[in-house]
Amino acid sequence: MLIHTARQLPTALALLKLDGAVRRMALAPPDLTSAQLDAAIVQAGIDTLITDDLAPRAGVQVVPCSSDLCPRLDRPQALFDTEWVLFTSGTTGAPKLVSHTLPGLIGPIGAASGGAVWSTFYDVRRYGGLQILLRALLGGGSMVLSDIAEGVGTFLARAGAAGVTHISGTPSHWRRVLISGHAARIDPAYVRLSGEIADQAVLDRLRAAYPAARISHAFASTEAGVAFDVTDGLAGFPAAWVGAGGPVELRVAGDTLRIRSARTATAYLGAAASLADADGFVDTGDIVTLRGDRYHFLGRVGGVINVGGQKVHPEEVEAALHAHPAVLAARVRARSSPITGAIVAADVVVEGPADEALCGAIKAACRAQLAPHKVPALLRIVPALDVLPSGKLARLNA
Amino acid sequence: MTIRSIVLTQITEVAAEHDKQLAPLTDSLPLLDSGLDSLCLAVIVARLEDELGTDPFSSADNDTFPVTIGDLVAMYESVAA
Repeated sequence: MLIHTARQLPTALALLKLDGAVRRMALAPPDLTSAQLDAAIVQAGIDTLITDDLAPRAGVQVVPCSSDLCPRLDRPQALFDTEWVLFTSGTTGAPKLVSHTLPGLIGPIGAASGGAVWSTFYDVRRYGGLQILLRALLGGGSMVLSDIAEGVGTFLARAGAAGVTHISGTPSHWRRVLISGHAARIDPAYVRLSGEIADQAVLDRLRAAYPAARISHAFASTEAGVAFDVTDGLAGFPAAWVGAGGPVELRVAGDTLRIRSARTATAYLGAAASLADADGFVDTGDIVTLRGDRYHFLGRVGGVINVGGQKVHPEEVEAALHAHPAVLAARVRARSSPITGAIVAADVVVEGPADEALCGAIKAACRAQLAPHKVPALLRIVPALDVLPSGKLARLNA
Repeated sequence: MTIRSIVLTQITEVAAEHDKQLAPLTDSLPLLDSGLDSLCLAVIVARLEDELGTDPFSSADNDTFPVTIGDLVAMYESVAA
């Protein structure tokens, strides 16, 4: 079955009904196109579409997603070990379908936090949001859902009024909160970041905004599951975790982080590519580098800007920009060059007056930290940066 | 400002940003001897494209690479004309 609804709550209710009652259950993210939906139906062998859009669709039975969904299955015992199928965020190309088991999905979830009120900037149909929904369900807490069409100030006011205690999002989501001027509308005990690199600047700014909160950045992906949580307030993670064994094993090979655990997805559906290597490790595609006794994330394989043959990871330059006190958010992109193939360009959201002097100061701060080819050759001050429905910064290639 | 002064200003500013020692700028000075490296030149070309709205290096009717400072100035003057 594939669950495809406009709003999050009907999907959340449907998956509670359907887990254990169906062989396979795919959760469609809200921004799935009609063509992607058709492709997913074929790839995942879907025979039934649970939906609030009742238009007939080739190859599947269409069933309304309503509160009386399969009432007979309120549920003496599970009939199946239901496969949970999630879509990757598809930052590059079409989303992939990734198969999980419920034990794998709830593997990272520790003891219940009594009385917690959960919330997340993620949609609960994505891995990051589903983790929070499952925490709320298993812990007996309650949850405030976000709405992609809602402004960040309105959402924070609603979350604050509901007494949200535990809240998660990407670093891009959190930068939006800090930029909005409405950060104080919530008073969380626990702040979680995942899905993108958490640099020191965003961790420090969240610490300043929420001095009493536990602030944790998790490494997780739809394919690799939750690998670890870093709770010491520092960017990166301790190098000693690599090769240390335990339920989640980390390995660094070919510069990328690889993960083996019972929490990783079991397979890609409908694709020839295998998820794990011969040893059972999933390659995250995230490039890490050792600095002192910690590994730091540099960027994604495939995201590299080539400046005259020298590699630049956009995220590394963004971290340098974020370190400047006036820079609230930054996006680094390639600009094509007839001389070096590409050069580094940056768009930044700043606090205070945007003038030539500030641009010069930001560039000078970058030059003090970065090799010359990594320093943004062009720096543009913009009012805001786009964030994709997945919560990740919208990257574009000029 | 003339095209010439805009180009020479960018050369001076980029060289300063990159801590490059510029030779005295004359029309006959070879780019290779100017103190600018290829990264500096790439930055100059990109900023001039933003400032003047044109990139003579990428235009189809230009297949010669400038050798001297004077060539570089002339390239911009010819596309701006």
